[in-house]
Amino acid sequence: MKLSRIIANTGEWLTGNGPHRHIVVSSRVRLARNLRNKPFPGWAKKNERVEILQSLKEAVEALPEMHSAFSEVLEALSPLEKQVLVERHLISREHAAKGVGSGVVMNGEQTLSFMINEEDHLRMQAILNGLQLTKVYEMINKTDRELEESLDFAYHAELGYLTACPTNVGTGMRASAMLHLPGLVMNDQVNKIINSVNKIGLAVRGLHGEGTEAMGNLFQISNQTTLGEAEGEIIDRLNKVIATIIEHEQNARLILLEKRPTTLLDQIGRAYGILSHAHSMTSKEALNLLSVIKLGVDLGLFPASELGPVDELFIETQPAHLQKGVQIKKMAADERDTLRAALIRSKLKSMPEPDITKIPTHPTGAGDSNDE
Amino acid sequence: MKCDVCQNGEASIFLTEIVQGKMKKANLCPVCAKAKDVEQSGFGLVEALGLATTPELDMAPAGTKCPICGFSQTDFKKTGRFGCSHCYDVFGDLLAPMLKSMHKGSQHIGKKPADFERLAEQERKLETLRTDLESAVKAEEYERAATLRDQLRQMELGPLA
Repeated sequence: MKLSRIIANTGEWLTGNGPHRHIVVSSRVRLARNLRNKPFPGWAKKNERVEILQSLKEAVEALPEMHSAFSEVLEALSPLEKQVLVERHLISREHAAKGVGSGVVMNGEQTLSFMINEEDHLRMQAILNGLQLTKVYEMINKTDRELEESLDFAYHAELGYLTACPTNVGTGMRASAMLHLPGLVMNDQVNKIINSVNKIGLAVRGLHGEGTEAMGNLFQISNQTTLGEAEGEIIDRLNKVIATIIEHEQNARLILLEKRPTTLLDQIGRAYGILSHAHSMTSKEALNLLSVIKLGVDLGLFPASELGPVDELFIETQPAHLQKGVQIKKMAADERDTLRAALIRSKLKSMPEPDITKIPTHPTGAGDSNDE
Repeated sequence: MKCDVCQNGEASIFLTEIVQGKMKKANLCPVCAKAKDVEQSGFGLVEALGLATTPELDMAPAGTKCPICGFSQTDFKKTGRFGCSHCYDVFGDLLAPMLKSMHKGSQHIGKKPADFERLAEQERKLETLRTDLESAVKAEEYERAATLRDQLRQMELGPLA
């Protein structure tokens, strides 16, 4: 499969209809694996990396679930193409910086992707829309089982799967969910939540992982530790914590509706106004305003059918996605801002104005307020 | 845990120092810690307390290299990453206290490679056969012992034998 086909179609994790998708954007599980007694990518010489890449690439391509896969060495991809894959969470920012001796393999649905010679020899991930951590783990567990039949993974009786960095040793697993929490942010409750989540050994990060800013009210929550706890336990713990956060976010939205309806309507109206009339917009501003529109869809101020197009704009307005159709050299930031504003204006043309009569009037009247 | 100084009070202050590449530890009760002025003074304290160093905590000498990939302890300090999977055996002592502070436990309890699981299962079965055989011999049940011995041989030779 060609990369152009991957790029032209948004991944299943964006378009799918997973459970709790109004708050949980996506669920992802990544496993790190290494070949026994082969130097890790950061320590291997170029020819060793190329050799490891070849053997792993072949093994991954041979998997039954990868029969119509896209598979390429990184030096064959342009910086723009790599950036598109980063924005879709199919490869990491660190991997995009790699060249000769590294590679990537992904299935057509973009639910499975394999980074070869990132920090570890193999990092494989499964990603789905909504809250589906258990399912996503099953998917990646299956490919791991299949791969170990032909590959000798480094495994230690005491320490489990061995990784380049000791912070990943044991299960080698990072499970994470991307949450959209505008209610908690507007109510100034999000820091409290982040602190308590950190206290129980889970990490909260911004949109693109470690060290990134939280934009568009999007937060990534993942396990911090990998040794001393089984995969199932880690996922159970995450599921429980996420369920609690979902509840808090729903409550925060109800509180906003009850106590500050004007502020809420004002923010949604302004976001709609700016997005449909601006002529220059940074990706940060776009994400923050789109987040408010997404909240408006969740609250019923826009037709539910608008959720898909709004979610797509979250990705389509990212710098590399914006330029993917334009096959010229890398654009300057201000050119991108103009292009971004134009794209949003045209997409929002078909979207009706927020309908304030649809705002839930008795939100706390548990259950019986559904008079639509 | 008892205090290393008075051997009497319950230790609640745990001192760790690294002197010339050797890790030295002392466990003190609050009374002794105060008497020795632990919080004010800093370095050389374990030494000053005249406590024995714990030799099993010695780290790999700074010059140690991984025989497989040539990675050294200095490289690890620079990058925080290892050179290859064998490094985990070479630098195990250096790693143990780090893992403790990083993770929930120090023993992996999750998924194992299928081969590893089969091997572990095989090992468990062999062990049971061996103990059974021993007890059969002790009880002078030679017929049962012979059967067990044959089973054991069969297993040790593998399924193709």
